[in-house]
Amino acid sequence: MSDWPLWEVFVRTKGGLAHRHVGSVHAPDAELALRHARDTYTRRMEGVSLWVVRSADIVASDPDQAGELFEPAADKVYRHPTFYDIPDEVKHI
Amino acid sequence: MYTTDLTKQPGKPDNVKPIGPAEDSALVAAFEARVAADEFIEPKDWMPEAYRRTLVRQISQHAHSEIVGMLPEGNWITRAPSLRRKAILLAKVQDEAGHGLYLYCAAETLGTSREEMIEALHSGKAKYSTIFNYPTLTWADIAAIGWLVDGAAIMNQVPLQRTSYGPYARAMVRICKEESFHQRQGYEAMMELANGTPEQKRMAQDAFNRWWWPSLMMFGPPDENSPNTAQSLRWRIKRETNDELRQKFVDITVPQAEYLGLTVPDPDLKWNEDKGGYDFGEIDWDEFYAVVRGEGPVARERMTARREAWESNAWVREAAAAHEAKRRERVAA
Amino acid sequence: MAEQARPHGAFDAPSDAHDPIRAGYVLRLGDDSLILGQRLSEWCGHAPSVEVDLSLSNLALDLVGQATLLLGAAGDADTLAFKRDVLDFRNCLLVEQPNGDFARTMVRQLLFSTWQHLLYQRLAVGTDEQLAGIAAKAVKEVAYHRELAGEWVVRLGDGTEESARRTADGLDWCWRFVPELFEVDAELEEACRCGLAVDPRSFEEEYRASIAAVLQEAKMAQPADQRPILGGRRGHHSEHLGHLLAIMQYLPRTYPDAKW
Repeated sequence: MSDWPLWEVFVRTKGGLAHRHVGSVHAPDAELALRHARDTYTRRMEGVSLWVVRSADIVASDPDQAGELFEPAADKVYRHPTFYDIPDEVKHI
Repeated sequence: MYTTDLTKQPGKPDNVKPIGPAEDSALVAAFEARVAADEFIEPKDWMPEAYRRTLVRQISQHAHSEIVGMLPEGNWITRAPSLRRKAILLAKVQDEAGHGLYLYCAAETLGTSREEMIEALHSGKAKYSTIFNYPTLTWADIAAIGWLVDGAAIMNQVPLQRTSYGPYARAMVRICKEESFHQRQGYEAMMELANGTPEQKRMAQDAFNRWWWPSLMMFGPPDENSPNTAQSLRWRIKRETNDELRQKFVDITVPQAEYLGLTVPDPDLKWNEDKGGYDFGEIDWDEFYAVVRGEGPVARERMTARREAWESNAWVREAAAAHEAKRRERVAA
Repeated sequence: MAEQARPHGAFDAPSDAHDPIRAGYVLRLGDDSLILGQRLSEWCGHAPSVEVDLSLSNLALDLVGQATLLLGAAGDADTLAFKRDVLDFRNCLLVEQPNGDFARTMVRQLLFSTWQHLLYQRLAVGTDEQLAGIAAKAVKEVAYHRELAGEWVVRLGDGTEESARRTADGLDWCWRFVPELFEVDAELEEACRCGLAVDPRSFEEEYRASIAAVLQEAKMAQPADQRPILGGRRGHHSEHLGHLLAIMQYLPRTYPDAKW
């Protein structure tokens, strides 16, 4: 007597916004996963579009590698606009 | 709807062991520092085994409480006295299913499957909130549950939105947002009864008498008998102690009862100017622990209903899985 | 008949609600939704999984909402729901059938929602403004019910041996109540003549084809026609409705002066 596989649910709350992870549901297949996602996560008009994806299909980065993955970006300050001094008189740069 | 840390006996932690020497003390120190700095812990992060176990127990207890909590109120959906009340109650009990689902999913990120958790509930190994082992006798019980039980639940849950485990905190944010109507609908229904016919008033007072003390018990054992509290507070799994929350609840609820013209069933209740709160009578802790052990008035009915729903419908879950397996085979062929 | 159902002067009826033909027709639709909503709400807390519990509650909520609007168009919705006795209910027999197992519940839903969807599509562009408005809102809900029920019937029909047997049993139980959905009595004929109602026979073929398509996908045999059981639209119901009403109406009837 086994439970159905787990699916991750993503909701676009309104046009113009990206889909955002909201939670998960159990469902036997993709069609019912969408139904379950709709019946669970959009009961209060929270969405205009839904994605579901099998949880097992998500590939995630390893938190133990967070240092090597994300810290090298920390000293690349020249990627940010505030790194540059432009006199206020010069507009629209 | 609600959670507290339920252990089977006063003063004895039943599951949590202190951090063992087997765990790398540097990892533990780093973990403790992150939690102390109010950082969130996410599923794949390293965490002490005891933290993981405590969380699985607490979140699954919370999930079970939502699911079992559907039953006492579900008992009145078919008898709701107006179409409006029927829709409200149905939507509320449906929310509880949703909340149970969010919480099971949060617990699953810790590596325990929902099936295992449900199995633990049905075998009696896992606990759920004692409050749901009391029967709903009249329509006023529905009003009282919304007002008192959800009121207590909100008090417990609001701080949990800042709990240290990310998926739990996010589930709680969603739950708190959705639950804001639950208490209001209960109080509104209670106002209607308290201002209604003599029969309705009688129902209202009777329900209040029966739900008051169990509601106070919802906050869990007194702090001196709550063995896991200190560690849970340190780990930000819990953010306020049982007694602090209970006091808050009493102070807020007593004036609400007065407004309704209902009498709090506690002869020892009186305002204490010095502490700026109410003193209240002794809670019957023997009853509390009896109900925790599964000896509540309708504990058997609740568990039977849950087991039946799960077992008698197993064929549905199997059928849908079998259909999907066949479809995949056809696609592969 | 519908006249008797209305309490005397107890509500602000729209002026045309005194038209007995209209009130009678709207009552049929409202009672269908009310009774099926009540039946589905019995599942709450007992469904095969938490997710399915949420789905079934959504269906029930939609139907209770429809009933509130439709009965409101025929009189005072609560009085009509809670103070009429069985002879005054106008719902079809299909919706009052006990839930049985999940397969029977889904078959019942498919058979009813498919009919309701085809009907409401037509009512939504009908001449009665209030009814068209209600139907236009409800038709989206009902489209979802129809699809969800269809998906479940396909999974159960073509799932395991046990689920196929249960689905066949559910179909066998419900099938004799389908002809009533297409019955046109004098009252309905009159309602059609004045442009208010839709003659269900106009979409019977489409209905049969749609059900057949789902059953085919579900690998279910089309059931043989059974002797039609009729009477719901005249207040002659199955034994089950009396019990449903006894539960549903118990509070307002026990405390007739109370407000809730």
